Amino acid sequence: MKAIVTVVGHDQKGIIAKTSMTLFEQGVNILDISQTIMQDMFTMIMLIEYDSSVSINKLNESLNEIEKEMGLSIHIQREELFTSMHRI
Amino acid sequence: MINSFEILETVNMIDNENLDIRTITMGISLKSCAGPDIDTVCKKVYDKITKYARDLVKTGEDIEREFGIPIINKRISVTPIATLVDALEEPTVYKAVEIAKTLDRAAKEVGVNFIGGYSALVHKGMTPGEEILINSIPLALSQTELVCSSVNVGSTRAGINMDAVSLMGKIVKQAAQMTADTQGFACAKLVVFCNAVEDNPFMAGAFLGEGEGECVINVGVSGPGVVKCALEQVKGKDFGVVAETVKRTAFKITRMGQLVAQEAASRLGVAFGIVDLSLAPTPAKGDSVAHILEEMGLEKCGTHGTTAALALLNDAVKKGGVMASGYVGGLSGAFIPVSEDAGMIAAAKCGALTLEKLEAMTCVCSVGLDMIVIPGDTTAETISAIIADEAAIGMVNTKTTAVRVIPAPGAKVGDIVEFGGLLGTGPVMPVNKYSSAGFVKRGGRIPAPLQSLKN
Repeated sequence: MKAIVTVVGHDQKGIIAKTSMTLFEQGVNILDISQTIMQDMFTMIMLIEYDSSVSINKLNESLNEIEKEMGLSIHIQREELFTSMHRI
Repeated sequence: MINSFEILETVNMIDNENLDIRTITMGISLKSCAGPDIDTVCKKVYDKITKYARDLVKTGEDIEREFGIPIINKRISVTPIATLVDALEEPTVYKAVEIAKTLDRAAKEVGVNFIGGYSALVHKGMTPGEEILINSIPLALSQTELVCSSVNVGSTRAGINMDAVSLMGKIVKQAAQMTADTQGFACAKLVVFCNAVEDNPFMAGAFLGEGEGECVINVGVSGPGVVKCALEQVKGKDFGVVAETVKRTAFKITRMGQLVAQEAASRLGVAFGIVDLSLAPTPAKGDSVAHILEEMGLEKCGTHGTTAALALLNDAVKKGGVMASGYVGGLSGAFIPVSEDAGMIAAAKCGALTLEKLEAMTCVCSVGLDMIVIPGDTTAETISAIIADEAAIGMVNTKTTAVRVIPAPGAKVGDIVEFGGLLGTGPVMPVNKYSSAGFVKRGGRIPAPLQSLKN
């Protein structure tokens, strides 16, 4: 299964490191990363792939911890959501 | 690959513009539960609902987490309960209320927010069971928490059953009086329809119609905030641009609804019914249909031009949504429940929005006079006449109309009634002070209207 992780917040050291480490620890593969600074906000979009052994709940909890710790907004959403909304 | 702009647009819609799935509603047929003995019927009803809907809430929550889309309500709609009452041996009001209590228990057991279908369809005539069910509504709604009720009193093909209209005025009044301690809250769970639809996922009017299957998933999407924000980007542009913007936005919202509906149906192993592409407001900031109309250039919702603005909005939502879903159904359009919409509340408070204007607005939008608090001393006849007017609009225009008014006991024009949660805050709106009693007591049926020579 594929999902999109979006990370938005004030730029600071370690955002990519912590997020990708968490994904790695949970057995998630990163397929693509794009990252930019938009209106002073750090914005990162990751395309990830995972199999049924990965628990979305656990992944969500770990990302929530980073979200709180670093004051970011992190979402993980299945890729189909975006393809269904933006592609006919 | 989807580009960054599209991804961030979706995330922003959910985070900042209140985009959500308003409801996943599971329709469950109770036809197989009919029988002469009330205890057996109640047991069958409870067992069937708790069996089919056992995983409904969990599945909804799983989808919510995986897709990152808030799903506000999980609900159940059932076969109109009047069907079960008719099949009982010696049916009584108390036996009907037993079924209502069973529905309430089953809904609580599976953890849904509401269960709809304590209903009767009497647009042409009433069976004894249907009459008993209608008479039991005030008691049933005051003794249960999650049960919602609806009665269909008219249709384009049958006309309006004025005996039922007359009865419903009294029932609405009684329901308010029996829940006087909560300012007539029972009336918030009771809808009187003309041309009721069989696959509506929204409460309080959801029931599973006669032509539906055994079990089905219907999904209602929402997103007034998203439409409002999209229109902010086209300030001052002409109506072609406005309509196009609403259509594009409705398309995206509905696609999300379609995805959730398919996913829920397949995980639960039941049929996918329809997506209802309605703009359903909530009292939350930035989730108002009235504010969309105001964004089009009206100073306050309810002023001259409101009906035209709503007509455009309602039509563009349908046009955008229809292509986005395989099966569109339910009520599909824009809802205008006064107490549930921050912009409507403000407009009613300052006098810009009146009952008469709301009635005109219902000619061009998806439902009717919805969640309107009227003075506690409004007579049953006046409520019946309000229902008759609204049913006439539905009947002649071949559309669904409804009345959900709350004659809050003790409330006077200018008072504010708090319902809390999604049901919001209702300013008490004035009704016409002249009597309609002579009209209502005539009884009989208003014949079905001509469907040609349309002018």
